[in-house]
Amino acid sequence: MFTPHTHSERMEMLRTIGVKSLEDLFQDIPAKHRFPKLNLPPGLTEMEVMAELENYSLANETTKHLICFLGAGAYYHYIPSVVDSILRRGEFYTAYTPYQPEVSQGTLQAIFDYQSLIVALTGMDVSNASHYDGATAVAEAVNMAYAVFRGKRTKVVLSPAVHPHYRETVRTYCHGTPLRIVGDDLTMSVLQSAPEALIPLIDEDTALVIVQYPDFFGRIYDYQSLAQAVHAKGGLLAVAVNPLALGILKPPGEFGADIVTGEGQPLGLPLSYGGPYLGIFATRNEYVRKMAGRLVGETVDDRGQRAFVLTLTAREQHIRREKATSNICTNQGLMALASTVYMSLLGKEGFKEVANLCYQKAHYTATRIQQIEGYHLWSEAPFFHEFVIECPRPVEEINQFLLDEGILGGYDLSHDYPELTHHMLIAVTEMISKEDIDLLVEVLEEASHD
Amino acid sequence: MTEPLLCELSEPGRRGLRFPAADVPTTALPSSFEREDLPLPELSEVDVVRHFTRLSQLNYCIDYGMYPLGSCTMKYNPKVNEETARLPGFVYTHPLQPIETVQGNLALMYELQEWLKEIGGFAAVSLQPAAGAHGELTGVLIIRAFHESRGETQRNKILIPDSAHGTNPASSAMSGMQVVEIASDQRGNIDLESLRAQCDETLAGLMLTNPNTLGLFEENVEEVTRLVHEAGGLVYGDGANMNALLGIVRPGDLGIDVLHYNLHKTFSTPHGGGGPGSGPVGVLAHLADFLPAPIVGILEEGDAENPPLYGFITPSKSIGRVKAFHGHFAMMVRAFTYMRMHGAEGLKNVSEMAVLNANYLMALMKKDYHLPYERTCMHEFVVEGRWEDAPQIHALDISKRMMDYNLHPPTNYFPLIVHEALMIEPTETESKQSLDAFAQTMRRIAEEARQQPELLKSAPRKTPIGRVDEVKAAKELVLCCGVVKD
Repeated sequence: MFTPHTHSERMEMLRTIGVKSLEDLFQDIPAKHRFPKLNLPPGLTEMEVMAELENYSLANETTKHLICFLGAGAYYHYIPSVVDSILRRGEFYTAYTPYQPEVSQGTLQAIFDYQSLIVALTGMDVSNASHYDGATAVAEAVNMAYAVFRGKRTKVVLSPAVHPHYRETVRTYCHGTPLRIVGDDLTMSVLQSAPEALIPLIDEDTALVIVQYPDFFGRIYDYQSLAQAVHAKGGLLAVAVNPLALGILKPPGEFGADIVTGEGQPLGLPLSYGGPYLGIFATRNEYVRKMAGRLVGETVDDRGQRAFVLTLTAREQHIRREKATSNICTNQGLMALASTVYMSLLGKEGFKEVANLCYQKAHYTATRIQQIEGYHLWSEAPFFHEFVIECPRPVEEINQFLLDEGILGGYDLSHDYPELTHHMLIAVTEMISKEDIDLLVEVLEEASHD
Repeated sequence: MTEPLLCELSEPGRRGLRFPAADVPTTALPSSFEREDLPLPELSEVDVVRHFTRLSQLNYCIDYGMYPLGSCTMKYNPKVNEETARLPGFVYTHPLQPIETVQGNLALMYELQEWLKEIGGFAAVSLQPAAGAHGELTGVLIIRAFHESRGETQRNKILIPDSAHGTNPASSAMSGMQVVEIASDQRGNIDLESLRAQCDETLAGLMLTNPNTLGLFEENVEEVTRLVHEAGGLVYGDGANMNALLGIVRPGDLGIDVLHYNLHKTFSTPHGGGGPGSGPVGVLAHLADFLPAPIVGILEEGDAENPPLYGFITPSKSIGRVKAFHGHFAMMVRAFTYMRMHGAEGLKNVSEMAVLNANYLMALMKKDYHLPYERTCMHEFVVEGRWEDAPQIHALDISKRMMDYNLHPPTNYFPLIVHEALMIEPTETESKQSLDAFAQTMRRIAEEARQQPELLKSAPRKTPIGRVDEVKAAKELVLCCGVVKD
């Protein structure tokens, strides 16, 4: 299939090499472990494998058939046809990392376009070429802050209202460092109060304060006073964003963020059961040399033309080895391209439109649910397209009820926040119609007194 | 030729996509949160499609020709992978759906874990890491957690051969380890004396790439793993070069305790211009409890009528999550498709042909290029890109000249221990004709180096752009376009 040699070609090649058989090429392998018999199912033809994979895929229930109110860090949005038609170009997806600029201008310029769009969206000065996802981007923000203070500040204040997976990833990454993580064990009362509750934790040893915008519960806060408090102590503020929300919300660059990270999945990437997604990372000019990840810069070639090239590579692991800020090498090139196509196609107006649709539909949903007896909106704070509802019974039971009616219910918060026993996080995107919302309300009502 | 930037193509008022009007009563966003200006470009759909199509045509890619990048395994990416990964039943599943509604995904992940265990000789596999370097970080954190669990917190030294990829030392440093470099011997193996000297009670582990980045199989591998284990350390295997070993030897059988796979190298998922990758980690039994959570397991056994119930399991001493959700699922589907098409025999054939191609090309090239290590190679080999009678020519010039012949250059200046290194990995998907043509071009370039060196020095000339001013790029730092016109 994918190995082209005929038998006679193989023989001729072995003769050229000067060996008799293929086995002769493997004499360096310890004999007792050479050529193990692998217990794998026999190979299939393309026709058979396609049928088998279809069978696997048909064993799933999908957001195409269920009405999806599930979010919690991954969102079901419309992806315009153009995105995948560009992604399917072999020139993009079968290319390697653009280390050779003369034959990689397509990838390089697309990344430069991506960096420009992320800068415009976040209100920051520079963006890198991406990290793995929203969680690892936050972990890299911690790494960067640690490097900015040359290891002299060892405290990270992490809001408990940051996505639980992001918090866990940060803890895993910090395991081998002297960094201490505080704040994310704060309780219910703090969860419900404004971000100013974190301020007493910030001191001269604080390298970084991490919040999310909108936060894990969908709420939007103005982090200006938090930014002032952390800056007064000399530390940095990282804000993890849903980039789609920035279509209508004030960008973090305007309220004092030093680092903006984000999960880029809402920008034209399919849900695909959790990945590959896109880790957004942007910061201020003064920290560009401490930022990890690939970076594309503009320059000229020897013919006087504008050209693009990977730059500041001296920061990276292949040059700095153990002294690099991060070990990152492969990033999410193709996903960054997808988001670039998405953002350029939607443009200024389309991007506002989709963000606004999410906002409007979520607010209508929240208003309707509040009117049902037994359901309460957990927080009074403004929110974007996701909100928490306190339910009259455990979320798991309600979700089973919803599933029976073809609805994928919200995220059960009791998994991550034991105090939020009956609390459901509901996400509403442009994919949801008024009829869908009315059905949800109807079934929630039934579920409350069954 | 150059293509304008998106911001330069923008025309105020132009639209590329419209959404339906809101079908619900509207609520005003509090004005204090409202964004004043959204400086995104304004383009039509045609503008966007042409922009990216034109950009794509400035790229070299595997679909166009051979990509002999050593240690990167740029093999052909089967088209069927792209179809299976896009099946609606996979694409439209949310990572937090109840497990009962995603049994297809979970069964596939479970099988993939099983196959990777079998191929590598491991007891357990986690699919979570997003790329090779991410798998390395995961592996070193597992090594660290293992020693800590035994109260041996003084073990903070990681040994790394001087031929290793830069991610090895960087991953170790990120995990709070001290890095000590180990020399290579005359045959390109790890120098056993240097290794012995470092085997003490502070040893946490050794990171081993095998075959190493010279394309050579570590002849003393069993002695190396024995020495490290005797000193109480663990051996990490960098699986970047697994394409040489499928059905040839299982790293776990050689005493490798933990290894990452690169699904985007060995198992044909596309590199995408620099990602996404996927870097599953396999471990021997004594490390299984430390794998990052969650991994896929069977929660309820099946029977003749019913399939088992798959779900997520958190290993008892897990190092925790290394990213959100469950890993790069769409890449797993591609790798699964590839492995399922090959089976055991097919995968062995992949490695055999990869090694055959490398040795054949090495045989063709060694008359014209100096081989620093004259041994049978595995799936790749390293030559020197320099000649005594062409003193002004460097590996870089050869690489650039190759582009004029429509070839992508090999990895160059790596590994660091070879002067003017050109590291060549043809992969198993190249035909004999393709290898012959490559060798012929390389011979021609070797002749030009003596007779018309200016052709190399001024290369490339036939590419969309010529050599770029890297100093200017780093000094003036233009990293995004200016403001979009209003």
